[in-house]
Amino acid sequence: MYLGRVVGNVWSTAKHPGLLGQRLLIVQPVTPDLQNAGRRVICTDWAGAGAGEIVYWCRGKEASFAFLPAEVPTDLNIVGIVDSIHTGGKAGPAC
Amino acid sequence: MILARVVGTVVATRKDPRLEGKTLLIVKPVSPEGKDEAGYVIAVDTVGAGVKERVIAVSGSSARMAEGCKDTPVDTAIIGIVDDVQLEL
Repeated sequence: MYLGRVVGNVWSTAKHPGLLGQRLLIVQPVTPDLQNAGRRVICTDWAGAGAGEIVYWCRGKEASFAFLPAEVPTDLNIVGIVDSIHTGGKAGPAC
Repeated sequence: MILARVVGTVVATRKDPRLEGKTLLIVKPVSPEGKDEAGYVIAVDTVGAGVKERVIAVSGSSARMAEGCKDTPVDTAIIGIVDDVQLEL
């Protein structure tokens, strides 16, 4: 799983029926220090995240397992909203 | 999933029989601002996208969950046409 920051959303009308009702959020992957890392991606949102929140997301077929028994065709899914991150003795709020 | 722009189509006569009848599109990954990113990908179209449209592409084994792609040798599928992108940060 990976850390990311929600930076926007995507609207789509013509889409796979499995995506109906799913929010599609733009996520900027970040390091534990909250520095941007890599290209932004589109994630389904299982956790109910909002813009600016630090989240963790998983990749691959496993990403869709959060929605079981529904079959949602996603390879990137936000599965948690981060409260705080602790690295190397330093602790701080996620955002 | 990634944002991508449809830039062309691929025609193949000799192919896995499970791919018959499926539209293969060439897509180029783009940033949320619409700028081109590196590389091209061949994706199966499941929503009727056309050239120049911005689409959502799903990759890996999740692509086989798309309409009509069950048990097919597909690793990228187009599952949505983008109406709008909103960047809040």
